Amino acid sequence: MTESLDLKLIINLAYIVAAVLFVFGLKMLGSPATARKGNLLSSVGMLIAIVAALISEIKLPWENILIGLIIGSLIGATAARKVEMTGMPELVALFNGFGGASSLLVGLVAVYNPVNTTFINITIILSILIGGVTLTGSLIAYGKLSERMPSKAIQFSGQQIFNAVLVLAIIGSAIMFCQAPDIHSVWLKVLIGLSLLFGIMITIPIGGADMPVVIALLNSYSGIAACAAGFVLHNNLLIVAGSLVGASGLILTNIMCKAMNRSLNNVLFSGFGAAKVSSAKIEGEVKPITADDAYLVLEAAQNVCIVPGYGMAVAQAQHVVRELSDHLEANGCEVKFAIHPVAGRMPGHMNVLLAEANVPYDQLVEMENINPQMSNMDVVIVIGANDVVNPAANEDEGSPLYGMPVINVTEARTVFVLKRSMGSGFSGVDNPLFFGDNTRMLFGDAKASISHIVGEFKD
Amino acid sequence: MEAVYLSFILMLSIFLGFELIAKVPATLHTPLMSGSNAISGITVVGALTAANQGSTQMALWLGTAAVALATINVVGGYMVTDRMLAMFKKKN
Repeated sequence: MTESLDLKLIINLAYIVAAVLFVFGLKMLGSPATARKGNLLSSVGMLIAIVAALISEIKLPWENILIGLIIGSLIGATAARKVEMTGMPELVALFNGFGGASSLLVGLVAVYNPVNTTFINITIILSILIGGVTLTGSLIAYGKLSERMPSKAIQFSGQQIFNAVLVLAIIGSAIMFCQAPDIHSVWLKVLIGLSLLFGIMITIPIGGADMPVVIALLNSYSGIAACAAGFVLHNNLLIVAGSLVGASGLILTNIMCKAMNRSLNNVLFSGFGAAKVSSAKIEGEVKPITADDAYLVLEAAQNVCIVPGYGMAVAQAQHVVRELSDHLEANGCEVKFAIHPVAGRMPGHMNVLLAEANVPYDQLVEMENINPQMSNMDVVIVIGANDVVNPAANEDEGSPLYGMPVINVTEARTVFVLKRSMGSGFSGVDNPLFFGDNTRMLFGDAKASISHIVGEFKD
Repeated sequence: MEAVYLSFILMLSIFLGFELIAKVPATLHTPLMSGSNAISGITVVGALTAANQGSTQMALWLGTAAVALATINVVGGYMVTDRMLAMFKKKN
């Protein structure tokens, strides 16, 4: 008796150590200088937690444990090693989904327990529900991000009513399941099915440009699902770790929403700008420029600001952009990168791509810090960004983007916009920037255009 | 009583989480997401301990799948975060 009590004590102490390491790991993630160490610390905490779980009285046979751990490690390690930095959003979406699926299964396994209190049954339902929603929601997000399915918002009439009915059905089947909790209960199967359906339903109406919000939100869900599983098993560590992740996802979601000047409600339940029609007519004409002429302007520039967007990721142009920045600096020019919070398909996407291309992180400036310096810029180069530099967000009250904080590139002396053609951005909103007096359009593939300019610098 | 005690822990950790994460700069938001993904793989501990006396063969295999899925999160999450963070360099 005392022996098993001692073991329990040791395991719980190990869980406390793990929780402390998670907290310190996250704290060290507050600065790029300590972040890598923090991640290592956090992984040590995880190892301690897993070892502690393994020495506790587990009923899962060893061969099953080994199969699970080995398969999981192989898939995880391969994915982590192979993924391109441009594919990060897809990978994070998938991982979120796996986390959700795992919580769903943990909840399901707990149903096999012969005696469960009502409280445990409710937490089991939450674990299954949140886990299921996270799973299918993440799979849809993955499909949209990897363009295996159309990234446009999918909407149909009666969607809100359908979802409301779905929520009621979920509550109903949850109540029915609690009446007679059993693994063979029909209501359990209904509940799982409805949870999975609900995950799909809440993700399909969200369009591609809103993806950063969705990924952050699903990240949060995967944490909350772990929390729910912690309640099921009365495991403190799951609750602590799960809520840290849940809080992290919610903060990121909030930051993304603020950066688009939209409420979470608006992102989740209404397609983007469908009904609004802009009142302002765009005046002016498009003035194209050749790469040769762009080079001449850049050669004379003292202050250059580069504004990257998702298009830079698509064109894989981050490396030539770095080269361009090096040449400009060698030429005595000061180069900064302006990063909008929602540039790209996930929070911090641009920062990772530029880090991959060896751009030092102190050369990257956040929107609110770069905007006051904009009027000092000789040249702003917009690469694959559109909505985040759209001046209509500041000026045109009829624009769907109105009120969204943007990088004020129009204040610079000259703006080069690298663009494939005259299409509108992901939101489908026209961009008056392209018609501005000091804007020059450099048409063509961004990577090819910049390579050309870099070539001129080399000569 | 157990429920109250667990909720107490939940509440404190949520506050702690908000305090910690609010200080993470925008430049590290992607590693933060993949790193927190790895932490949410903590369900592996739950998956290992979830099986019990009543568990049938089916339950054991569900548990195994849960272990595998959570391990993908843990291993993949930490590795990819490390890979990313190794690229972040200061100007010399």
